[in-house]
Amino acid sequence: MEYVPNILFALALIVGIGFFVRNVKKLARNIKLGKDVDVSDNKAQRWKNMARIALGQTKMVVRPIAGIMHVIVYVGFIIINIEVLEIILDGLLGTHRLFSPLGSVYNFLIASFEILALLVIVAVIVFWVRRNIIRIQRFIKPEMKGWPKTDGNLILYIELVLMFLFLTMNAADFQLQQIGAEHYNKAGAFPVSQFLLPLMEGLSESSLILVERTAWWLHILGILAFLNYLYYSKHLHILLAFPNTYYGRIKPQGQFNNLASVTKEVKLMMDPDADPFAAPAEEDTAEEPEKFGASDVMDLNWVQLLNAYTCTECGRCTSECPANQTGKKLSPRKIMMDTRDRLEEVGKNMDANKGEFVPDGKQLLDDYITREELWACTTCNACVEACPVSIDPLSIIVEMRRYLVMEQSAAPMELNNMMSNIENNGAPWPYNQMDRLNWVNE
Amino acid sequence: MSEQLKVKTMQEFMAEGKQPEILFWVGSAGSYDDRAKKITRAFVKLLNKAKVDFAVLGTEESSTGDVAKRAGNEFLFQMQAMMNIELLNGYEIKRIVTCDPHSFNTFKNEYPGLGGNYEVLHHTQYLKELIDNGRLTMDGDGYKGKRITFHDPCYLGRANSVFDAPRELLSKTKADVVEMKRFKKTALCCGAGGAQMFKEPEKGDMDINVMRTKDALETQAQIIATGCPYCNTMMTDGIKVHEKEDSVTVLDVAEVLANSQGL
Repeated sequence: MEYVPNILFALALIVGIGFFVRNVKKLARNIKLGKDVDVSDNKAQRWKNMARIALGQTKMVVRPIAGIMHVIVYVGFIIINIEVLEIILDGLLGTHRLFSPLGSVYNFLIASFEILALLVIVAVIVFWVRRNIIRIQRFIKPEMKGWPKTDGNLILYIELVLMFLFLTMNAADFQLQQIGAEHYNKAGAFPVSQFLLPLMEGLSESSLILVERTAWWLHILGILAFLNYLYYSKHLHILLAFPNTYYGRIKPQGQFNNLASVTKEVKLMMDPDADPFAAPAEEDTAEEPEKFGASDVMDLNWVQLLNAYTCTECGRCTSECPANQTGKKLSPRKIMMDTRDRLEEVGKNMDANKGEFVPDGKQLLDDYITREELWACTTCNACVEACPVSIDPLSIIVEMRRYLVMEQSAAPMELNNMMSNIENNGAPWPYNQMDRLNWVNE
Repeated sequence: MSEQLKVKTMQEFMAEGKQPEILFWVGSAGSYDDRAKKITRAFVKLLNKAKVDFAVLGTEESSTGDVAKRAGNEFLFQMQAMMNIELLNGYEIKRIVTCDPHSFNTFKNEYPGLGGNYEVLHHTQYLKELIDNGRLTMDGDGYKGKRITFHDPCYLGRANSVFDAPRELLSKTKADVVEMKRFKKTALCCGAGGAQMFKEPEKGDMDINVMRTKDALETQAQIIATGCPYCNTMMTDGIKVHEKEDSVTVLDVAEVLANSQGL
């Protein structure tokens, strides 16, 4: 009987981590639905970007209040994980405060966790107030209605509960240490939870143990549950921010990729020796002509799909977007959310059909992202600049415009006029190329 | 007709068996748009003053294809790019200077992948180089005490991190260069990019250029300087919406410099 808690704990751990691994596999499979893209270049610069942007949070603090609060929660999350390690080992081995022989170092660690936990509580409350009381513009845009809003708040509630459980556990433990209960050897320093002691006074030893054990179990089960909540939430950024900043843009923001499939065709057209009536070469017939641009998530590359899962819906992109600021429908955040939601839909379709995608009559274009949104973009890169985790919504917009123009000839009429002017006169306006030098004598 | 500009085409250089120092890529706006032509002329006056041996392509020049690319027409872009590259490589062009940040961006970043490798400079970078080398001197203080604010073109600033050259040039005129609330990396777009110049905006509650000129007017500047023919048009239109065209002028950095030298 004495090993029952250990066994239960091991089971919880296996189930919790097992589900998480299953979700990670699904995530990886969905991301790999994207086209291949070569991101093997500039390794040193990429590591530097990851260290600076994800680990160092440099782009978060561009907005100081949200940035500093976020750094607190982030540091709290990372450092308190040391405590989680102790909890897991205690749970498996049936020990109590396994690391306590570290003595004063241990006291220092526990004290730091407590202070961080308090700071996290403060930050989480500030975040909640910003979302729900002050109602900062970017948190109440149309795409934030429903699940995204609930999701944002749920994350805050879970974090708050976890921190309170941690402090309650420590307070009960501290009280048990004071009354000299068995197993509860004197260890740790409790600068924050000591203020909870008045609540513990008068409780019998067995009640205290019940409180301590309940908080301990709920804390670790809560963490395992939260780990599994990530996949269903915008909160995946705590993991994906790292690969995303690594694979993020290295080139100047103004540089759009040149489509290789187009280059091949243009070269053929411009080659004076090419025979336009020649039968296609043997190997050419085998491959299907490549689709230009993107109308669905599978037409995007895998970094763009990783971008979509990384987005935590902070809305900094949207709040910097000139189109959005002037009341247009375009919201770069919505482009990312739509891409992720459609990708999830495709993934579920595959799950239901033995891993094969069965066409569902839907696509990213029109069913999620409207043409009006796509044509409102000025390609100014403000969204790309604003993203704290190197997401590039603009590249998706351009890829979808390419589909509209090259596959569907569905550009707005004025743009079609502009493009035929370029084709005919080499300028976007209907002027004669012979008049190009008139400015010299005007 | 104003004073005669000294402008030679690449064909003329070829006929003489010579190479120019730079190729000045005028761009479609700079060639045809009445407002932008003034920028072109102002820049050429400065080049003439500095005795720069430059060439233009003249009637051989064609659209870079940039705007087609932003609109999604990669096909048209690459057709234009490859035609231009054939011409430029045929003339063995090494250095290109342009007043248009969109041409600047595509030459610098997108042409190399298609076989066009050149050193590309925005005209503000080149003018700064001429001043630094002592080839162009800035005298006079006609602009002393004037407030000028610089609107960063997206494809010069955010897209290619060129922030200092235009500002340094403006301060050479002894004017007070003041910044808008959003500038450099976080500057607001004028609203013309991404082919918006050629279409009506989507439905909204304000035009982007009106919002951006509001930023500029808040600085109390008498002159809004830009470094892009499209920004110039958008800001000029924005000023009209705010009914400030009598007190505020929109000028290209090259025009400010040319004016300050009485050119």
